[in-house]
Amino acid sequence: MATLARLQARSSTVGNQYYFRNSVVDPFRKKENDAAVKIQSWFRGCQVRAYIRHLNRIVTIIQKWWRSFLGRKQYQLTVQVAYYTMMMNLYNAMAVRIQRRWRGYRVRKYLFNYYYLKEYLKVVSETNDAIRKALEEFAEMKEREEKKANLEREEKKRDYEARKMHYLLSTKQIPGIYNSPFRKEPDPWELQLQKAKPLTHRRPKVKQKDSTSLTDWLACTSTRSFPRSEILPPINRKQCQGPFRDITEVLEQRYRPLEPTLRVAEPIDELKLAREELRREEWLQNVNDNMFLPFSSYHKNEKYIPSMHLSSKYGPVSCKEQFRSENPKKWICDKDFQTVLPSFELFSKYGKLYSKAGQIV
Amino acid sequence: MSQRQVLQVFEQYQKARTQFVQMVAELATRPQNIETLQNAGVMSLLRTLLLDVVPTIQQTAALALGRLANYNDDLAEAVVKCDILPQLVYSLAEQNRFYKKAAAFVLRAVGKHSPQLAQAIVDCGALDTLVICLEDFDPGVKEAAAWALRYIARHNAELSQAVVDAGAVPLLVLCIQEPEIALKRIAASALSDIAKHSPELAQTVVDAGAVAHLAQMILNPDAKLKHQILSALSQVSKHSVDLAEMVVEAEIFPVVLTCLKDKDEYVKKNASTLIREIAKHTPELSQLVVNAGGVAAVIDCIGSCKGNTRLPGIMMLGYVAAHSENLAMAVIISKGVPQLSVCLSEEPEDHIKAAAAWALGQIGRHTPEHARAVAVTNTLPVLLSLYMSTESSEDLQVKVLFPWIFRYTSAEGGQLSTT
Repeated sequence: MATLARLQARSSTVGNQYYFRNSVVDPFRKKENDAAVKIQSWFRGCQVRAYIRHLNRIVTIIQKWWRSFLGRKQYQLTVQVAYYTMMMNLYNAMAVRIQRRWRGYRVRKYLFNYYYLKEYLKVVSETNDAIRKALEEFAEMKEREEKKANLEREEKKRDYEARKMHYLLSTKQIPGIYNSPFRKEPDPWELQLQKAKPLTHRRPKVKQKDSTSLTDWLACTSTRSFPRSEILPPINRKQCQGPFRDITEVLEQRYRPLEPTLRVAEPIDELKLAREELRREEWLQNVNDNMFLPFSSYHKNEKYIPSMHLSSKYGPVSCKEQFRSENPKKWICDKDFQTVLPSFELFSKYGKLYSKAGQIV
Repeated sequence: MSQRQVLQVFEQYQKARTQFVQMVAELATRPQNIETLQNAGVMSLLRTLLLDVVPTIQQTAALALGRLANYNDDLAEAVVKCDILPQLVYSLAEQNRFYKKAAAFVLRAVGKHSPQLAQAIVDCGALDTLVICLEDFDPGVKEAAAWALRYIARHNAELSQAVVDAGAVPLLVLCIQEPEIALKRIAASALSDIAKHSPELAQTVVDAGAVAHLAQMILNPDAKLKHQILSALSQVSKHSVDLAEMVVEAEIFPVVLTCLKDKDEYVKKNASTLIREIAKHTPELSQLVVNAGGVAAVIDCIGSCKGNTRLPGIMMLGYVAAHSENLAMAVIISKGVPQLSVCLSEEPEDHIKAAAAWALGQIGRHTPEHARAVAVTNTLPVLLSLYMSTESSEDLQVKVLFPWIFRYTSAEGGQLSTT
């Protein structure tokens, strides 16, 4: 406790003494401080620089090692790529070689086989020749056939002519025109005539009338004029045996129209009949059948008194009396000449008989 | 007696009508009388006689009308305007065969002049009756009906379609199988005129089974029949590859080649047309033709013909050579090039010369070998002279010869010194 009181009593001056004792050395302190600071800073600087240098060195080493590591990695990649490329080029080159060989082979063998093409062209030309020959033969055959047909036609024509001229054949007594006695041997036509069969005349064909006129219908000459049954014959009827005449011929014969003789077809009093017909037709137009009566004095039966001019010895001149004199004593018979004659029978049966007597062969 | 007189009056009238109509029919056969007849107003008289009681007068009136309408299209139009067609069509269904023939003749004579008249006939409903006539027993009626259908179908595709829709094609195929030659001819020509307009119509004809029958009948000796059959087959095969293949499958080769040796010019022309239509579609078909020896036959046929008959054969060679170089080489070894150069130099017509030049171009364009084979025959001077001459047409010069000559001069280079 005493110290404490002592200290407390010195406390106020302690401070001052302390301060004054310390303040004497202040300038020195400052100077020394500055110097110390300078020295320290310089030394620190050296230290730091050395440290940094050291760090640099270490960092360089680290970077060096790291960079070499990276470079080696890159180098490996590059080497791999280069290797790969080289191998691929090699493979490509080899593949091209193979393909070249193969393509050449293929084209030569399959696509454009030169020898095959030559073969093909040879075959084509051979086929062409064969076809040409075949066509030539075909054309020749056609010509031959045509010539043959022509010859046959000529033959037929000559035969027909010989048949027509058969009457020119020579007989034992009279030599024909083709067998002249001055010739060494008879003309070939003579032999032809000898071989030929005589030709007969063709019957005149009765022309069928297409349109059935009314008079034909009335005369019942058409084939349909008789009634036929409604039922048709059964289809699968057994065919009747025997050689039958041609049905058209039979029908022709059965329904032959009437062929009247000339006398019946053209009656001799045709003119008179025509006059009658005309009179009848005119009678149709008559209103009244009574004849016109001349005058009212008709019924009185008075004789007609002619006038002086008309009553003379000399009557009206008639041409007959003037131009022609008649002498009844010289007449052969008392009938006059017939102006209309009946027809005679000479030509009515012409061409309709069965016999061939009198016909020109 | 009076009954007889009454009947006699009728008979005289009938005789007068018959005589009139027969005389008119006879006068209508000569062209110098027809003008006079028309001015005398024969159309209306014949129209009333068509409705006559007596069948013969009807038939003869129809025949006279047909002959008049046949002469020129004014008269045919007059027939249409006088409303004769509906009457004809109506009575066509029920009358006898002579009337049917005469009525079908009238329809044919009217329909042949122009598409409008044919359309008028179709509008009257004549097609159904004509198709019914095709089923008739008498071959003359069938022939007349088929002829009328042919003239109607000839004009354009719509009318052909109308004929097909009426069901004519199967009946025409049946008509082809009939024994009468005239009927076969007309049926074949009708099928040819139907098939020529479009691929669908040609397909219809093929579906009806016509090709097999037509191919069988190529061997028939009648020249006009062969002409129509070959024309029908070529019209069918020209539209598409399938149709051409179907025609080839009917085994026409090598029978068709015998037709190239026929004496008739039209048969040769139609046969080479048929081969051309087949060969132009694909290389395979051309190969088939070449393998069958068709090229040699066509070259011989060209050598034996003159003028327009050569043209289809020349074009056929061009088409075959255009497909591939092997076929062009085949044409060369069949000695086609000398024949073509002969055609080029001796034909007077321009279009044939153009075709020959085109064919030579197709042959020679593939490789220098081909070009040399063509040039060896000395055609290049001929071509050059044609190009330079003033008479040949613009068409010939510009389209064909100009590119051709330049192609050749470039292909040959310095080898040949012709140009």
